Amino acid sequence: MVVGAGWAGARAMTSTSGPGISLMSEFAGLSYYAEVPAVIWDIQRVGPSTGLPTRTAQGDVSMVANLSHGDTEHIVLLPATVEECFRCGQEAFDLAEEFQTLVFVLSDLDLGMNQWMSDPFEFAEPPYRRGKVLDAEAIEKVGKFERYRDVDGDGVPYRTLPGNPHPQAAYFCRGSGHDEAAAYSESAEVYQRNLDRLARKLDTARDRVPAPVLDAMEGATIGIIAFGTSDAPMKEARDMLSAAGVATDYLRLRALPLNDAVTEFIDGHEHVFVVEQNRDAQMAGLIKLHCGDVAHKLTSLLHYDGLPIHARFIADGVTAKVGQKVEV
Amino acid sequence: MSDSKAPAAPSPKTNRLGLVLQDYRGAKSTLCAGCGHDAISAAITQAFFELGVDQHDVAKLSGIGCSSKTPAYFLGRSFGFNSVHGRMPAVATGTNLANRQLRLVAVSGDGDSASIGLGQFVHFLRRNVRMLYVIENNGVYGLTKGQFSATADVDSVLKHGTRNDLEAIDTCGLAVELGCDFVARSFSGDRKQLVPLIKAAAAHGGTALLDVISPCVTFNDHDGSTKSYKYTREHDWALHEIGFVPGYENVDVEIAAGETKDVELPDGSHITLKKLDEDYDPTDRLEAQRVLHRAREERKIVTGLLYVNPESRSFADALEMVDRPLAQLGEDDLRPGAADLAAVMDELK
Ligand SMILES: Cc1ncc(C[n+]2csc(CCOP(=O)(O)OP(=O)(O)O)c2C)c(N)n1
Ligand code: SF4
Ligand SMILES: [Mg+2]
Repeated sequence: MVVGAGWAGARAMTSTSGPGISLMSEFAGLSYYAEVPAVIWDIQRVGPSTGLPTRTAQGDVSMVANLSHGDTEHIVLLPATVEECFRCGQEAFDLAEEFQTLVFVLSDLDLGMNQWMSDPFEFAEPPYRRGKVLDAEAIEKVGKFERYRDVDGDGVPYRTLPGNPHPQAAYFCRGSGHDEAAAYSESAEVYQRNLDRLARKLDTARDRVPAPVLDAMEGATIGIIAFGTSDAPMKEARDMLSAAGVATDYLRLRALPLNDAVTEFIDGHEHVFVVEQNRDAQMAGLIKLHCGDVAHKLTSLLHYDGLPIHARFIADGVTAKVGQKVEV
Repeated sequence: MSDSKAPAAPSPKTNRLGLVLQDYRGAKSTLCAGCGHDAISAAITQAFFELGVDQHDVAKLSGIGCSSKTPAYFLGRSFGFNSVHGRMPAVATGTNLANRQLRLVAVSGDGDSASIGLGQFVHFLRRNVRMLYVIENNGVYGLTKGQFSATADVDSVLKHGTRNDLEAIDTCGLAVELGCDFVARSFSGDRKQLVPLIKAAAAHGGTALLDVISPCVTFNDHDGSTKSYKYTREHDWALHEIGFVPGYENVDVEIAAGETKDVELPDGSHITLKKLDEDYDPTDRLEAQRVLHRAREERKIVTGLLYVNPESRSFADALEMVDRPLAQLGEDDLRPGAADLAAVMDELK
């Protein structure tokens, strides 16, 4: 439904959890390939299958990053607090419309369904970013409209909305192979060119999604990467570690696709811990894919019993590796 | 004889927008020569040309299948969306919510709507989204080489001899049962019946379901098939002769009692139904159920306007949506101010 509404020009979102996303995954590929803005909030719970439906996890990271068959990649936002969820409300729509693609927001059961304390939310001043939409007048001005042509070299084409009366405006949106003018095509060359453009588009997005937040400590050689609801326990764990003489730098990821800030962070530290709430080190896997040969530096701290991750778990994990005992 | 003043004149060369038939065509079809689906595309083209519909007001939708490819082959100036198998109804619902002013024309297949997409189909009818919903029914999955679909009749036989053991799902029967306010069945080979039905369906205020028997010449047009041209012609039970007078023509439709029925739609258009063998009242839902059951028992294909309720309340009306399309609402309409947020925050303190 959100894909139909996004195509017709409304800002549309739905919210669900893992099973709903598994069920609807074909639409994720459609949104990506036909370039239809859409937003899906995933309140992650414990899988696989029905799993522990009332417990929390960060187990959907790798699923949503490349959801659907074929080569696909999605923008993913990783809010850590209710306040950040509030801001993601607009940010997710802005990104979906700017990049004409599906945006996932990965919350989790702990964040999405429990009561949290928060400072009052601030009013978001920035105007909506509605992306490259041409109305009839704009088409007249540029003279030519082709739905999937990369006019600006950033991989992001222009779109029109149904109801636009300009004779050039209408196009046929489809999940099957198409050329720059949105005509059906099975040409190998056209297909590959389009796929490469889509990769370029996601590359453009890399530096436009919310950047990771660095929290540094004097003299730290240990880095910790975390995201989402690991944030609050991360703060407490770093205090515990600091009290025990272990200084840590903290990089909090706020979105996918990852950018070079992550590579630089890993390069700048001797040990890097990746904290996440799943069994398979899903985010660490994505980091290795993006940052190349860094596996020897990474240690995953994986919490996946369905309960919220806690500071002691993180602090103990770090000290076990660096050989320091933390007293509390 | 009816003395209806409905113009029986051949269609003029240009319509009320000054356009010709050619202007309503789409890309060249890639379907097999003789496929029923192409005849339906031609009927849609003709109906929309004759109605003088502005193609920019139309959005075409479909699922996946040979049938679902056809929106590329008619109304070439309209936006179109060829979505995913069996889930066009969800996409169409979203499109309608975003822009209720768009006139939606959807094409689906029997596999698309009655097999994989039955759940979507049912919920779509329940919502009564305003849309012309055409099912091009050939009893098989044409695109994937002719396996039986859920509308294949029991005991019909595939080319290589496989017999269908299961009873068919009747999309029209389901639609009547589910409260759909416009339900019709037709045959791709009967353009005289099909074109006015499409026009009437396009004027309807909610979901208008049009199940059209549309033979697949490649996989389901042999002896033993119950969806072949021959079988459909031989077993066609037409309820009435149908005519359509659009509202903008402003003609007084006078009806001779007992011979021709007239149904007036809220936009002022008229559906005229000329009696054939038996009386039939298409505004009686039970009557529709009865003829559908009888057709199944007698192994006939009942065609015509099975049921219509002109006072249909569409999804957008049920939701009390504003007339202005949501897609056209700007930031000023969509974003409450800083003071509103502060008030909410104060409440939560
Ligand atoms: C989820 C999914 N399952 C299966 C398919 C393969 N598939 C493509 S078209 C089709 C059946 C089409 O049958 P129908 O809707 O009756 O259309 P027709 O080709 O007969 O007009 C199938 C099973 C698909 N595209 N997607
Ligand atoms: S396979 Fe059948 S349904 Fe498909 S185009 Fe050919 S005749 Fe039509
Ligand atoms: Mg079929």
